[in-house]
Amino acid sequence: MPGPYRETDLTEKVEAFLSDLKRGGSGTGPLRGSAETARETTALLRRITAQVRWSSAGDLMEVIRKEGRRMSAAQPSETTVGNMIRRVLKIIREEYARSRGSSEEADQQESLHKLLTSGGLSEENFRQYFTALKANVIEAINELLTELEGTTDNIAMQALEHIHSNEVIMTIGRSRTVEAFLKDAARKRKFHVIVAECAPFCQGHEMATSLSKDGIETTVITDAAIFAVMSRVNKVIIGTQTVLANGGLRAVNGTHTLALAAKHHSTPLIVCAPMFKLSPQFPNEEDTFHKFVSPHEVLPFTEGEILSKVNVHCPVFDYVPPELITLFISNIGGHAPSYIYRLMSELYHPEDHEL
Amino acid sequence: TACCFFSYYFKEPSFISYVIEGKELTKEEKQRLRKEKKQQKKGKEKKDASLPQVSVAETAAPASQLKAERRARQEAERTSKQSKKGDTGQPATTIVKRLPEHIQVDDPDVLKKLAKKLERQQIPRRLDYGYKVSLFSHLLQYSRKAPLTQQLSIPSAVIHPAIVRLGLQYSQGIVAGSNARSIALLHAFKQVISDYTTPSNEELSRDLVNKLKPYISFLNQCRPLSASMGNAIKYIKKEISNIPSQFKEDDAKKKLLNCIECFIEEKIVLAAKAIAKSSIEKINDGDVILVYGCSSLVNHILCEAFEKGRKFRVIVVDSRPRLEGREALRRLVQKGISCTYVLISAVSYILPEVSKVFLGAHALLANGYVMSRVGTSQIALVAKAFNVPVLVCCETYKFCERVQTDSFVSNELDDPDDLIVTRKGETQLKDWQQVPRLGLLNLVYDVTPPDFVDLVITDLGMIPCTSVPVVLRVKNVDLL
Repeated sequence: MPGPYRETDLTEKVEAFLSDLKRGGSGTGPLRGSAETARETTALLRRITAQVRWSSAGDLMEVIRKEGRRMSAAQPSETTVGNMIRRVLKIIREEYARSRGSSEEADQQESLHKLLTSGGLSEENFRQYFTALKANVIEAINELLTELEGTTDNIAMQALEHIHSNEVIMTIGRSRTVEAFLKDAARKRKFHVIVAECAPFCQGHEMATSLSKDGIETTVITDAAIFAVMSRVNKVIIGTQTVLANGGLRAVNGTHTLALAAKHHSTPLIVCAPMFKLSPQFPNEEDTFHKFVSPHEVLPFTEGEILSKVNVHCPVFDYVPPELITLFISNIGGHAPSYIYRLMSELYHPEDHEL
Repeated sequence: TACCFFSYYFKEPSFISYVIEGKELTKEEKQRLRKEKKQQKKGKEKKDASLPQVSVAETAAPASQLKAERRARQEAERTSKQSKKGDTGQPATTIVKRLPEHIQVDDPDVLKKLAKKLERQQIPRRLDYGYKVSLFSHLLQYSRKAPLTQQLSIPSAVIHPAIVRLGLQYSQGIVAGSNARSIALLHAFKQVISDYTTPSNEELSRDLVNKLKPYISFLNQCRPLSASMGNAIKYIKKEISNIPSQFKEDDAKKKLLNCIECFIEEKIVLAAKAIAKSSIEKINDGDVILVYGCSSLVNHILCEAFEKGRKFRVIVVDSRPRLEGREALRRLVQKGISCTYVLISAVSYILPEVSKVFLGAHALLANGYVMSRVGTSQIALVAKAFNVPVLVCCETYKFCERVQTDSFVSNELDDPDDLIVTRKGETQLKDWQQVPRLGLLNLVYDVTPPDFVDLVITDLGMIPCTSVPVVLRVKNVDLL
């Protein structure tokens, strides 16, 4: 019978995705970029919408929230999973509101007037049944997928507006978005790129070889030389793992130092981040903000005599406050860090911030 | 004309020693050689008359008149220099210093002069290696796999074996750190002096200085001299030239060896003790101290403080590719101090726990900038952003009269192959030489601006960064 088979097939896929997430985070499994994770999450959510039995929007949202909690718990540092789930929840709310006939704008705005007249709580409980809701939701998720596929190209298209010729650009580590950005600009302009290698994993080496193969003049420097060469740098362009709700970044370690050095020399710091990296988290949660990996790259086991007497730390991420950032470039254009809160309210519904 | 060539030789106040195939030429042969070279140069310059003339006194007057004028001028200069040595209280007149050659690699004239000098001193020249980043084309970049000593014959008749060994130790990084390098240099010079015999018709004070010159060029070729080594060499040269001529050779040698011992004892060992004593006042119980790399002075301070019973813990920050912090970690852990170890990219994570930062210095420049291992300025920057006090520890013999504002003009480039690393089984940069537009930059030093440094602890006391020229002036007056 098709029904149960489909259910087990779905659960298999979900379990496979969860285990992939768990393994990918420790650095031993297959490494995947955030764009891939976002796409896979959305595809999985579309599958859940299509295959799981649900009668009203509220049911669907419950199911997605449950699965979403499991997926975020598998790899808390991979915030794109949570972001995509919140996007889909917002899509469901919108489609529901559209089917009901009420305008989306009125429902979204929590104006003071509305709070007073409606008696505080929203009476919406998403229990009404609409036949076309499933098709609409799936169509909207497809649109989201198309948007996700085009993010890197959209960002790269803006490159020529920001890079002039004979510039010296600095970057750190490896970001596929920044790589595409620089390669696109290199088709028309000549400039020099300095890559900080970002120990201990040295992703910067891969970035440098890739850029130089495309004809860009590249130099690899160590992390210690960031401040020393900063005085000759015209722009700093970096990628990030997450954009936080206050406009700050959770980026690869060493980025805070880079941002401070850029601020000291008044060099603009440009962050290339697609919209799916925007997360409604704030950086205050100390215990969930940092992620640590095995320090065997920092102090290898060959140093056995001192290893047992020493604490070794290997954090993966850094917090960069929004005051150090000049510009965000995303697939919908450029924004200042102070505008990020507004973008967030367009993408996510405030009630979904806590899954 | 030949006047520029002539004055080049006359700049050296004493005789030049020619050595060809291990034998010393007699004075007549030397003069003959000199004349031949002069003729050659004259002939060459007459041929290319289109070359711009370098000399200043370029008139249509006959050559003999020019020569006489020049000789008179040089005599006048020499006598004025002698009289200047006698005055102590006068302010220093503008000294136009010759720029060191190792920061003028992009100038072909300078390279030619250097090649001639090395040929004269019979020291092989070390060649540049690999693609140099355009910003640093004025500096030398060597490969560790091609040490200078491979090009020397065994036994080398020109260079003392202790110096050859020292040069190899420098170029391979076996002796590293400014204190260690200076002490090794002084010990090698002690060996040279005790093996030295004055040839007949020569004065010890002048001949020994000339003997040391090719050694210094050789060491400079192996690895550019540090500021501390420069000051030590200046001190030795001064001591040697101040030896009165009536001293017997053995007495002179004993005196020199004694001087060197005193220098090491006073300026390095006792200075370290003094600095440790003043720093211990700055270390309180419960402190979390951050150190960067391996500074012998800072390690000494921490060990002393621990022995005196202060309770603190240390965070050692390290950076690729030298990873000197591991050595510091070993020394501190051996003493029993509890340590944490991170790489420099994690400094913003660890800094909120830190109460003080102790940094070592390679040299303190006259405009208050601190020249130290690359990465020091970064640590000072991040510490400033987190409002953590930064203390620099430096002996006074490392103070130097140079001024510098950025890390580009005068720096050292290390072997670029050191950056290559294997991660997850892949070596990304293995064939970096084949990739046309890829450069690797391995800087050794950087300068920290004085506004990042809160205090400098020296053997003369605790001073702010901006008081360095005052100390230099006081030192110069003392010496004279």
